[in-house]
Amino acid sequence: MSSSYDAIILGAGIVGAACALECARGGMRIAVVEGDVVGGGATAAGMGHIVIMDDSMAQLELTRYSQLLWAELAPELPEDTEYETTGTIWVAADQQEMEEVYRKQAVYGQQGIVTKVLDRPALRKMEPNLHPGLAGGLLVPSDAVLYPPCAARYLLEQAVRHDAVVVPKKAVRIGNGRVELNDGAILESQRIVNATGTAASDLTADLPMRKRKGHLVITDRAPGFVRHQLVELGYLRSAGSSTADSVAFNVQPRKTGQMLIGSSRQYDADHKEVDRSMLVRMLQRVQQYLPGIADLSVIRTWTGFRASTPDKLPLIGPYSDDPTIFLATGHEGLGITTSLATAKLLMNYFTGSRSAIPLEPYLPSRILLEAQHA
Amino acid sequence: MASVRQHSFDVLIVGGGPAGMAASSTAAAHGHKVAIVDDNPSLGGQIWRGRSFSSASKRAADKTAAAWYRKVQNAQITHLSGLRVFDSAQAGVLLAESQDGPNSQYGQWELHYRKLILATGAQERFLPFPGWTLRNVLGAGALQSMVKSGLPVAGKRIVVAGSGPLLLAVAAYMRAHGAQVVEICEQASMGQLAAFAFGLLASPERILQGMQYKLQLLGTPYRTGCWPVAAYGTQRLETVVLSDGRRTREIPCDYFACGFHLVPNVELPALLGCHLKNGFVEVDPLQQTSVPDIYCVGEPTGIGGLEQALVEGEIAGLASTGRVEQAQPLQRERKKMQSFTERLEKAFALRPELRRLPDAQTIVCRCEDVTFSQVREYASWRAVKLHTRCGMGPCQGRICGTAGEFLLGWNANSVRPPILPVRFQTMAVAPAIQEIKSQNG
Repeated sequence: MSSSYDAIILGAGIVGAACALECARGGMRIAVVEGDVVGGGATAAGMGHIVIMDDSMAQLELTRYSQLLWAELAPELPEDTEYETTGTIWVAADQQEMEEVYRKQAVYGQQGIVTKVLDRPALRKMEPNLHPGLAGGLLVPSDAVLYPPCAARYLLEQAVRHDAVVVPKKAVRIGNGRVELNDGAILESQRIVNATGTAASDLTADLPMRKRKGHLVITDRAPGFVRHQLVELGYLRSAGSSTADSVAFNVQPRKTGQMLIGSSRQYDADHKEVDRSMLVRMLQRVQQYLPGIADLSVIRTWTGFRASTPDKLPLIGPYSDDPTIFLATGHEGLGITTSLATAKLLMNYFTGSRSAIPLEPYLPSRILLEAQHA
Repeated sequence: MASVRQHSFDVLIVGGGPAGMAASSTAAAHGHKVAIVDDNPSLGGQIWRGRSFSSASKRAADKTAAAWYRKVQNAQITHLSGLRVFDSAQAGVLLAESQDGPNSQYGQWELHYRKLILATGAQERFLPFPGWTLRNVLGAGALQSMVKSGLPVAGKRIVVAGSGPLLLAVAAYMRAHGAQVVEICEQASMGQLAAFAFGLLASPERILQGMQYKLQLLGTPYRTGCWPVAAYGTQRLETVVLSDGRRTREIPCDYFACGFHLVPNVELPALLGCHLKNGFVEVDPLQQTSVPDIYCVGEPTGIGGLEQALVEGEIAGLASTGRVEQAQPLQRERKKMQSFTERLEKAFALRPELRRLPDAQTIVCRCEDVTFSQVREYASWRAVKLHTRCGMGPCQGRICGTAGEFLLGWNANSVRPPILPVRFQTMAVAPAIQEIKSQNG
């Protein structure tokens, strides 16, 4: 027995759920294969920061485009998604980092993104709990936060309203238009979308992806302690590094009044246990920026794995070895932000319609070809 | 900035109740370096703390307690009181937090051990019903603790309900403090309890205990097969509604003490990787867990009450210090007690009607204000947590998770550090483990 679909989406993390909704809304017959909790993988370990990032022009375009899509969707998101346009403040520690503030403002400005430079007093006024010695920062008012597992669940629910079928099983083998499930059943489609995050390599061989572990910490409620998502300017350096373990100051106010705290990055750490030395480094970094946080309570710590690619861009589109397999993975730390744009680009590719931004920078072939020729 | 202190012990006992006291005083007998760590300022656990016992007492139970207090006092034991164990840094090292000063001064403690004995006790099980979050609706043990720390209850009308032997002890305690205990409601049926009481004939000690309570509670109705279904009040509790399955009665009262027997505190054992079975820590006849050098005693291995806790403590105290042969007679004693534990479990098994206690609007998770209607559609504890925030608050699901295990069949045993909320500054202290290693080597 087998069932046939216009597309089969593997994985109901936020990327898979977004792809399912986009395709189902476009009239395709969709199956979503997810054997675990919806949004329970990297989605649950993401901070839910809808952020514009400028590691590369392609990253800037993708995050910007997706942020606009989130803003469009925002009015219909249910309460438990906790969507809030808090804005981001990129915090500059000293005058040297203030130079980076101006550079960043110029780059964002060229894309029509409104930002505001904050000097020391302005920063202090906006975030009184930040260390008074910090030099200033750049406010990006359009950045937002949300609670990812509920956002993923909402997107999937909407896909189901558009007749998508959720198959609560695990895919064990894919290829040549067939998806074999853990109970032996077969699903068929000419479009199999592997959106299983870090697990994508288990189903599709030779993906140029590495797991990158991260730690998260959440505090007890302290409403108003911080008001924007606060990220140190050095964050991009930490995120952009491809070798060393790193930590960066990254604090998010939740609607509950709690603070969600990141971030750490470690390659090749396969166990999911909290690594105390990384955790301590991360917390000490946070205390440097927010001294008063020392007296709040930590109620939980956990870890997750990001699916990272060599050039920090996701893998979206056809996989060259098998014309029935498509990828929507490799989003590293930006999957929540870029999920909606990923879904649009993929659907544009399926229908052959013009996409809002070029797909080329994210096509898997850019790296796969390189790897094959190397 | 939190300070850090390091200490190293041959045997470290977590929990200062009877099981921990028995374990520590037994282990300390032969010059081993022993410490007992507890988050309370004084020893005794929920059962003995705040009371005084005399060896001249006519009551056998008091004599036993007095004897163990004396043993602990006479032994060489480091007593680390007021310390909350919150995490394990690595095998052989626990982390704890102390409050060192009035103004947010906290300290981190690194407790190194060769052998670890977990005597973490149990807590009450709460089940949500409409009105259970009203002011003055409290756990039975919780109300007792509050009276111990000074809450006046003289002349107050108290209804005690739920399940388990604790209800009797709490009712007697309230009576002794001048409260008017209106009635005691045990959800278990007379038939269930009668079978249990018959088994008690083999144990005169327990019958005596039961009779004492009976005398103290003279005049207070003890109803079996009766359970709470709602509590009402505008600002605070005014009445409770009790049911026997056929009819309901509304009883005015000032306090409602309500607990449904006990659930073991297994967060630390689980964090350390000890194997659990049916919610309890699995141990061998020497009280060893599945993790080398870690023992577990008392309620976390099975709700068996005081005597079993003491014997298990002694066995672990001996076994952890290499005196396995001396433990043999105690092991036989413990084996006999195990049938008591099993009977206890059967006698106070929760009736299925209690699964229907919460209505759609009843809060299940008090930390995050999650209602029963929000959680009942989910299949797993993890899904509930992720999608509703149930169990994500400061209590880490200790209350709603155990309730959900009974109500909805969740398997709520995921543990993440810290096992209880801890100050940011304490968590941010770098481990000094390397230092102590080089000192030793």
